[in-house]
Amino acid sequence: MSAVRGRQLGGVGESARRVDGPAKVTGAYVYGGDLRAEGMLFAVAVRSPQASARIRSIDTSAAGRAPGVHCVLTAAELPAKRTFGLEYSDQPVLADGVVRYEGEPVAVVAAESRELARAAAKLVAVDYEPLEPVTDMEAALCAEAPRVHDFGNVLRHVHIVDGDLDAAQADVWVEGYYETAMQDQAALGPEGGLAIPAADGGVDLLVSTQWLDVDRQQLAPCLGLPEEQVRVALAGVGGAFGSREDLHVQIHASLLALRTGRPVKMSYGREESFHGHPHRHPSRTWIRYGATADGRLVAADVRLLLDGGAYASSSPAVLANASTFAAGPYEIPNVRIEGTVVYTNNPPCGAMRGFGAPQVCFAYESALDLLAGKLRLDPVELRLRNAVGTGSVLPTGQVLEGSAPLREAIERCAAIPLPEPDDPPAYPGGAGNVNHGETLARGVGFAVGFKNVAYSEGFDDAARATVTLREGPLAEIETAAVDYGQGLYTVLAQIVRTELELEDVRVLPATTAAGFAGSTSASRQTTMAGGAVLAACRAVRAELEERGGDLSEPISCTRDYHHRTTTGFDDRGHGDIHASFAFVAERAVVDVDTELGLARVVQLAVAQDAGRVINPQGAEGQVEGGAAMGLGLALMEELQLEGGAIQNPSFTDYLVPTILDVPPVLAEFVEEPEPGAPYGVKGIGELATVAATPAVVAALRAATGRVLNRVPVRPDDLVGLRPPAADDGPAPVPDVPGQQAIPEYLGLGLGQQELMKGRTR
Amino acid sequence: MLIRCVVNGRERTAEVEPWTSLLELLRDELGLIGAKDACEQGECGACSVWLEGEVVCACLVPAAQADGRHVRTVESLSVNGALHAVQDAFLESGAVQCGFCTPGLVVAAADLLEREHEPDEAAIREALAGNLCRCTGYAKVVDAVRLAAEVRR
Repeated sequence: MSAVRGRQLGGVGESARRVDGPAKVTGAYVYGGDLRAEGMLFAVAVRSPQASARIRSIDTSAAGRAPGVHCVLTAAELPAKRTFGLEYSDQPVLADGVVRYEGEPVAVVAAESRELARAAAKLVAVDYEPLEPVTDMEAALCAEAPRVHDFGNVLRHVHIVDGDLDAAQADVWVEGYYETAMQDQAALGPEGGLAIPAADGGVDLLVSTQWLDVDRQQLAPCLGLPEEQVRVALAGVGGAFGSREDLHVQIHASLLALRTGRPVKMSYGREESFHGHPHRHPSRTWIRYGATADGRLVAADVRLLLDGGAYASSSPAVLANASTFAAGPYEIPNVRIEGTVVYTNNPPCGAMRGFGAPQVCFAYESALDLLAGKLRLDPVELRLRNAVGTGSVLPTGQVLEGSAPLREAIERCAAIPLPEPDDPPAYPGGAGNVNHGETLARGVGFAVGFKNVAYSEGFDDAARATVTLREGPLAEIETAAVDYGQGLYTVLAQIVRTELELEDVRVLPATTAAGFAGSTSASRQTTMAGGAVLAACRAVRAELEERGGDLSEPISCTRDYHHRTTTGFDDRGHGDIHASFAFVAERAVVDVDTELGLARVVQLAVAQDAGRVINPQGAEGQVEGGAAMGLGLALMEELQLEGGAIQNPSFTDYLVPTILDVPPVLAEFVEEPEPGAPYGVKGIGELATVAATPAVVAALRAATGRVLNRVPVRPDDLVGLRPPAADDGPAPVPDVPGQQAIPEYLGLGLGQQELMKGRTR
Repeated sequence: MLIRCVVNGRERTAEVEPWTSLLELLRDELGLIGAKDACEQGECGACSVWLEGEVVCACLVPAAQADGRHVRTVESLSVNGALHAVQDAFLESGAVQCGFCTPGLVVAAADLLEREHEPDEAAIREALAGNLCRCTGYAKVVDAVRLAAEVRR
């Protein structure tokens, strides 16, 4: 079969087949939850039913005596460091005297089978003294609010000011208030891992994760072991989308394995998965745009609030992202952005595809449509008039030095043909057959978005790869970089095929022994791991030439790739915050049954800035899947909380788009190479998610004429039964010592920010 | 309780509890990990297998119900390393990303093509409506089923 264009060697630019594909279609691929070992025990966590409580006592005696139980651990039995965390080490391995969110682990139990472990877990008696939880992000800012942590509820505040907002002369002002809900990554494969005690007193851990190195950096001190005695290897990952950046089973399974001397498997079911990883931050955004009568933006005033939940996770970085993008990818001379992330007793929030960009994109694109309406300008035209390009200056003072083909993306997206009216029509409600067209309204919405590629704020997230060329010829790639489904290993293999002109490329299992590769997140690995593989290939090639082509001994070269240097924020929020940017334009077409409030997305069109596409089919897959996730936030995905407790931790009640919800996605790529990046690539994994949500909601507004300032939009909103989300004006700006996260000033236990210093150049 | 059933053409026996699901029987007792455990509630289709020729969510079926019956899993589809047309089409069309939903989708798609030789897009989407995929947005899954139907003709 050669249905796919240009598939030859499987090199750069071709739609090469996935290197891990055959194992995945036959069912042989081993995910975290599929792991087994001789004599293994199963572990489960005991989780808090309270969102905020003091722990008066924990009685594990009955659980310890239960059939098949080998070990029960609480905070009292922890051998070493008692907290962990991606950015700041503020999260207890096991709750220590207090619980701060519903679902927080209080104890772990290892037994002969999962059933026995679950039964024993129910026998762990925890006496809680419930406390008043802080569950509203604005209430958390009040002086009288209960404190989630001793030092208060503000986790970070970022202040960005450019030009002079008060002096800005605008002919027209618009303002809006927008809310986004807590979204779950809902990766199909739940968290799982297997910890095996080693002869040297250490532990070998196989786990589904996004970042082996930083897993180990957090894990080893909690086990009281030096890093070399903690070896972490990648198990199959059934999707991640940010949810596998934070530790889940790693510490618990390893502690129990060391304690019992037996391999310990820990894998979550769906309900525990909903409690076992951080989610997308719910947000509230107040935004005001000022423009001239001919539609030039002159001012943006944004107040942004994120609910970080009980622990820091990656909230400080999410806030930095959201704040720097909050005014939109537009040239605006006068800008003020105030962004805050607070601690609450809601579940922790952290990384999810888009990492702060989707929340503000919903707000700024919605407000821009208000402006287009007021100016009686076509929304596409208004965006074209204000779009940034190479050389533009962002509110942080950062100059867009790389490629920035936003205008071209807008034009390309707008030119994608609109769908024909359905014949026969497929009405919202589908097989329910609830509409025959009489109350049907079609709407078209347009939105643009942007996001950084790789880590920011001075973070040197380098990546290492080793390429070995052997007789055959055969090439091997060794890296700790993770492929959790998006196709990184295929892309790396394509690079090797092109550079070494051979077909047979193998990607070795990823382990911490391969050296630092950074996280598979922030749309960074095609650039970072790709850059390292490219450099290693060129070194191999040079040596091969030196040897006159002699391969009797294999040639092996290791290279590190660093992106350009970035900086933190100064007092005005200025700095070279991000390494690189990518842009997207999206258009949604919806049909709404205006009587029943049922909506069907008919078509999504996406034109995305990709620098250079390495695998066209894989890139399309990223856009199609990414857009579907943005559609989900627009129309159905919401973790519903009551008193901090998740009400819908199941796929029955947390709705993920099905094949009947996601329409055809027409994807186009704008390929303007990014200077300095390998082959000119840019990351592509997140962008389509970012602007899909506002595009869909804009289309819903066009169809219904309603305000729709909150996502997900519910049927009640579409028929006007539920009023728009109301606000009491922008949240107050907290008094903080500076632009860093508060734990930084307090010298709290440090996470990756500190751990990574001294490790890289 | 002792279960005796035919799995992928082979007679198997296993000692299970009354509450053991068919999915647990397949995965934990028989070592067939192709059917996945993603929701435990019959919402996602990742554990789709054939029971007496009907596609079921193995997580919802008590293992005891398989007693004396025929079960077929995704592992039955490739023979001696040769991929089934649906499996090959999934790879050719780029319908696989993380792959966790893939075995279930492959079973549902193969089942559709056993019943209908030329399904149109609406029929494909209807047949796969019980299978969640979080990675692909489904476009390439639809492409794959179309391609498999073409190849089989």
